[in-house]
Amino acid sequence: MTINEIQNEIIEEFNQFDDWMDKYALLIDLGNTLQPLDDKYKIPQNIIEGCQSRVWLNAELIDGKVVFQGESDAVLVKGIVSMLIQVLSDHTPGEILDTDLYFIEKIGLKEHLSPTRSNGLLAMVKQMKLYALAFKAKMG
Amino acid sequence: MTEQEINNIRADFPILTEQVYNKPLIYFDNAATTQKPQAVLDRINYGYKHLNANIHRGVHYLSQKATEAHEEARKYVAHFINATSSSEVIFTRGTTEAINLVAFSFGECCCRAGDEIIISMMEHHSNIVPWQMLCERKGMRLRVIPINEKGELRLDVFGELINENTRLVAVTQVSNVLGTVNPVKEIIQTAHQRNIPVLIDGAQAVPHIQVDVQELDADFYVFSGHKIYTPTGIGVLYGKREWLERIPPYQGGGEMIQTVTFEKTTYNELPFKFEAGTPDYIGSTALAEALKYVENIGIQKIAAYENELTAYATAELMKIEGMRIFGTSEHKSAVISFLVGNIHPYDIGMLLDKLGIAVRTGHHCAQPLIDHLGIPGTVRASFSFYNTKEEVDIFIAALKRVIGMLG
Repeated sequence: MTINEIQNEIIEEFNQFDDWMDKYALLIDLGNTLQPLDDKYKIPQNIIEGCQSRVWLNAELIDGKVVFQGESDAVLVKGIVSMLIQVLSDHTPGEILDTDLYFIEKIGLKEHLSPTRSNGLLAMVKQMKLYALAFKAKMG
Repeated sequence: MTEQEINNIRADFPILTEQVYNKPLIYFDNAATTQKPQAVLDRINYGYKHLNANIHRGVHYLSQKATEAHEEARKYVAHFINATSSSEVIFTRGTTEAINLVAFSFGECCCRAGDEIIISMMEHHSNIVPWQMLCERKGMRLRVIPINEKGELRLDVFGELINENTRLVAVTQVSNVLGTVNPVKEIIQTAHQRNIPVLIDGAQAVPHIQVDVQELDADFYVFSGHKIYTPTGIGVLYGKREWLERIPPYQGGGEMIQTVTFEKTTYNELPFKFEAGTPDYIGSTALAEALKYVENIGIQKIAAYENELTAYATAELMKIEGMRIFGTSEHKSAVISFLVGNIHPYDIGMLLDKLGIAVRTGHHCAQPLIDHLGIPGTVRASFSFYNTKEEVDIFIAALKRVIGMLG
């Protein structure tokens, strides 16, 4: 699936709910089912410090594709981390760099990415793109 | 307070009828900032409509009227905290600026390498960082009064920390995280035995406790308007005259001068020496209006009601399994910090928000305290006199629902 196809699928999944609490229940589910990050990746250089919660992000280039893994100490943040990984992981650096991440706004969770939330997510999105940029440069 | 009295108060605060996410707003973030009554909003409007001219320098009618209003406001603030004279009341942008002013100016006149400043474990960053900056500037040392398991200051350790190198003690009267009401009078007495001045951070105290700076014998007392029903941008530094005379000005500019030549400037008398530039003369009148509003109801009455509300909420919270409350002193203000099981405070705060309830989550600008407690932060509910038991009930029910979703 392309990145946008995955984004559209997530939007569809969230849009079946009108009530905020139902959307958040889904987000919690996503957070709880995110594969825990191996302790060997929970190293200082993978931490993205937020004011409220912290996020770990690890990236590797495997067969020309970027594979992301991540985690957070807050489950709602973990839910969004899970979606970001679902959308961006396993794509080429070029595809990731060209991506317009519109799904978060469309599912009404944009506030989690606001700078005032300081939960590390905004920095995570930036970091994912930076990894893609670095891998692209490396690949030449 | 009777139900009728509370309803009357609520009717004075227009924002309390707001809806968020189609739910009635329950505002439990009063320790961060308070809402503003109509009388205060009207006073701002009136100021700009009828009394707006730059103060202290115009000969014209409006300028004189605006000056009078600003100086009347200063007198009212002095009365409210029982300062000896209104010239001991300096208007600042808030608590933070007031502490920075003292840390800079006191540091200039009275500190040198090797000296020490004593603060406490439960200080807000604004009562830590300015002193740290002073210590870095002068090669001084910051000493910290620890807390016990109830979240109270260890006065026994304070007695050991204070020594011949101590230049100043700066502590909060009420903790913004733990709610602890500190025995600041005792702290001041201990420091004064060695002629050491004390600055009290009153940001969390002034809205909830009768403050009498003379009775406390505080050398400096600071607070913010916005935490006591006033708009942001105005605050107060109270200082004893002898100290304010002794410490040099903080900022230079208009208003704070007597005469200026390129060779030498002489400074204005108190309080103007510390008020460089055009002051917030609308904010000052709004502050006085808010203090009048509080005084009309009676701070003792407000405190009694808020304590009742806090005790009720605490008891209801304690019924929840896995509940941990941080700050269990018998001397507590209207602040409850808590965690439930291993649930992250951010998750609780975000979900409560969606149910219309505004609480604060995180470290509350007191990272050293949160680190000391060994937790990622807390959820904090803080009350004001316009909050009700019914709101607490809705909050508790919402919290249980949220815990069910997250647990």
